Amino acid sequence: MTSAVASNAVLTELREKIANLEGSGVRHRSVLPFGVGEIDTQLPGGGLSYGALHEVAGGGNGAIDGAAAALFVGGIAARTSGKVVWCLTRFDLFFPAFAQIGLHPDRVIFVEGDREETVLASFEEALRYGGLGAVVAELVRLPMTASRRLQLAAEKSGTLGLVVRRWRRPTEASDFGMPTAATTRWRISVLPSEPLAVPGIGRARWLAELMRVRAGEGGEFIIGACDGQGRICLSSDAADRPDQAGRSRALR
Amino acid sequence: MVIARSGSKRWIAAADQAATKLGLRVGMAAAKAQALVQRLIMIDADPAADLQALERLTLWALSQYSPVVAMDSPDGIVMDTEGADHLQGGEELMLSGLVNRLRGRGLAARAAIADTWGAAHALARTTSRKTVIVARGETAKAVNRLPLSSLRFPSEAVAGLRTLGFATVADLAATPRAPLTLRFGPEVGRRLDQMFGRVAEPIDPIRVAELVEVQKSFAEPIGAPETIEKYVTRLVRQLCLQLETRGLGVRRADLIVHRVDNTVQALRVGTAKPVRDIAWLTKLFRDRIERIEPGFGIERLSMAAVLAESLVETQSASSLIEEQITDVTPLIDVLGNRGGQRIFRVAPVASDVPERSVQRIAPTADEDGATWPMHWLRPPRLLARPELIEVIALLPDHPPVSFTWHGKRRRVKRADGPERIFGEWWKRSTEWIAVRDYFVVEDDTGERFWIFRSGDGVDADTGSHKWFLHGVFA
Repeated sequence: MTSAVASNAVLTELREKIANLEGSGVRHRSVLPFGVGEIDTQLPGGGLSYGALHEVAGGGNGAIDGAAAALFVGGIAARTSGKVVWCLTRFDLFFPAFAQIGLHPDRVIFVEGDREETVLASFEEALRYGGLGAVVAELVRLPMTASRRLQLAAEKSGTLGLVVRRWRRPTEASDFGMPTAATTRWRISVLPSEPLAVPGIGRARWLAELMRVRAGEGGEFIIGACDGQGRICLSSDAADRPDQAGRSRALR
Repeated sequence: MVIARSGSKRWIAAADQAATKLGLRVGMAAAKAQALVQRLIMIDADPAADLQALERLTLWALSQYSPVVAMDSPDGIVMDTEGADHLQGGEELMLSGLVNRLRGRGLAARAAIADTWGAAHALARTTSRKTVIVARGETAKAVNRLPLSSLRFPSEAVAGLRTLGFATVADLAATPRAPLTLRFGPEVGRRLDQMFGRVAEPIDPIRVAELVEVQKSFAEPIGAPETIEKYVTRLVRQLCLQLETRGLGVRRADLIVHRVDNTVQALRVGTAKPVRDIAWLTKLFRDRIERIEPGFGIERLSMAAVLAESLVETQSASSLIEEQITDVTPLIDVLGNRGGQRIFRVAPVASDVPERSVQRIAPTADEDGATWPMHWLRPPRLLARPELIEVIALLPDHPPVSFTWHGKRRRVKRADGPERIFGEWWKRSTEWIAVRDYFVVEDDTGERFWIFRSGDGVDADTGSHKWFLHGVFA
C-alpha cells in the first residue's frame, strides 16, 4: 500500500520534471487551441500547431464558394496576433463579414496574383518571412511537392499556414482526397442554423470534419460558427441552447 | 505655332492641333501660313530652351520609369523599359499612365514600345494613336508600312529616295543593299538594320550629378550567377554606406549590367518606403538576378539609387512584454517587385450599398482602426455582380418562400429581414428613390444566402421588383 503511494508520488514528480524540461510555456505557444476541449484533444499538442500547414475546404457547394472554409480560416487568423497575409487569385471576399468575427481590416494584407503559381510563390515567401500571425492562401491545386515546400517553409519560420481549397466545379473537388504534406485537413460544411424561439436565423452551424491529422485521430464535430472573437463552440442538436453569441444577438 | 528661321527664311517648325486643322503643315513658309490664317499666334523657336526642357523631362522619366533613359533629340525620349515595367503594372498601364501624366502637364505625347529603338522611334512619330505596343518579334510586320521619313535618315537621303520611288520601309528593305550604299552612304543600311534589330543600338543612359551610384568593373568578364550575386551584395553594401553618409534611403534602385558585347541590361527595384537596409535590398535584387543574361560575360556592374528620400533612423522602443508586431514592409517590397500581383489592404467606405462599402488601399497606408458597422450579418463571399433569381414571395415585406438560382430550386426554411438600403441620392441622381430590401435566407440543407429585392415591394418607382442573389453566407 505505502509503496504504491510512494511510487505515485515519484511518478508525479517525474511528470512535473519532464513537463518543466519540455517547457510547458513553449508548448503553449506552439499551438493555437480552439478552446473547445473535444476538438483540441484530437489535435497533438492540444490545438492547431504553429509552424505547420493546415488545409481547409468546404463541403458540397462550399467547395466552390468556399464561404464557410474562408470564415473558419478567418476565425483562426483572428485569434492570432500580428499581421495576416491572404493570397488569392480572385478577390471576392466581403471583408465586413471578417471584421464581424474579429479580424480587423488593418491586420490583413491581400496579395492578388494573376495565376495559381504566383499565389503559391507569394504564399511560400510570406510563410518564410516569419513574424506574421497567419498566412492564408486560396488554392485550387495543391500538389504534394508544393505542399511539402510550404510545410517546410512554415516549420522553419514557425508561421501558421492556412490553405483554403476551392474549386471551380463540383467534380474537381475529388482532388481533396489526394495526399498532401499538410499537418491537418479539415472539411467545413454548412448545417441548418441553431433554432430560435422566434422566426429568424440563429447562430450558423457547421459540420467540421477533421479528415486527417498528423500524429492524431480525426473526428467529426458539429460546431457553432465563429463569434465576434473568431471562436467556435461545440453545438448540440438541442433546440433550446441558451448561449447565442454576439452575432446572432445582433440579428434579433 | 512655332516659327524657326535660318537666315532670312522662316518656316513652321511646330504647329498645334488647332493649326493642323486649319491646314498648316510643318515646313511651310511662315509668310504662306500668315496668308492662309488670320491672327496667327507665332512664337520664335528656341532650340536651346527646348533641349533644356527635354533634359528635365528625361531626368523625370529616369526617376519614374526606367533605369536606362536618354534624350532622343530633338523631340523625343527613349527608354529601355525591360525589367522596369512591372513597377507600373505592366507595359500597357505604364505607357498609358505616362501619356496621361504628360497630358496632365499640358504636353501632347505619343508613346510606343517595340523591340528596337528604331522601330519605337518610328512608330511613336507616325502613329495617330496615343500609345502603341508592338509584341515581341513582330517589329518587322509593324514597321513595314511606315514612311521613309521615320527612319532617322538625313533629309537629303529621304528626298533622294522619294525621287527614286521608294515610299515605305518595306520598299527599302526589299531592295539590294549595295547600290543603296553606293549612292546614299552606309547610313541607310545601318538605320534599317537598327530598326529591325540586326545591329545593336545601345542607349547611353542620362545621369544626374547628385545621383548616388556605385560601380564595379571587372578585368575578366563574369557570368556565373554566384559571382554576380557576390558582387551585387558588395555593391549594395557600398551603396548603403554612401546613402548613410547623406542620410538618404532608397525608393528606387537600379542595377545596370554592361556586357562585353556592348549591350546594357537593367534591373529596377522599388520599395514602399525609404530603405537603407543591406539585407533587404540585397534580397530584392537577388530575387531578380536570374533575369540577367550574362551572354559572353559582364564587364561592368553599376548600381544607382535613382529615387532617394531622406531617412532618419529611429530608436525602437523595447518593451518588457513581448508584444512586438513585425514590420511587413520588406515582405511587401519583395512581393511587389515580383510582378504579376497586386498587394493591397481593404478599408471601409461610408456607404450602405454593400459593393461600395469596401475600398482597396495601399498596403502601407496608415492604420486608422476604422471598421464596418456590425449591426447586421454580412456574407463572407460577395458575388461580383448580383445574379438574377426567380422567387416566389409574398409582397411587400415577407421573405421569399422559395427561389431558383443556377437552375436549382431551393425552399426557404428560415429567413431574416428585410434590411432596407436606400440609394445614395446625394451622389447619384438616378438613385433618387431607389431601394433594396436585403434578406438572409436559409434553405432546407442549411445553405445560407444573401438576397435582395430591388424596390420596396409597393412603389414601382423604387426599383424593378426583381430579386437578386448577392452573397453566400457560411
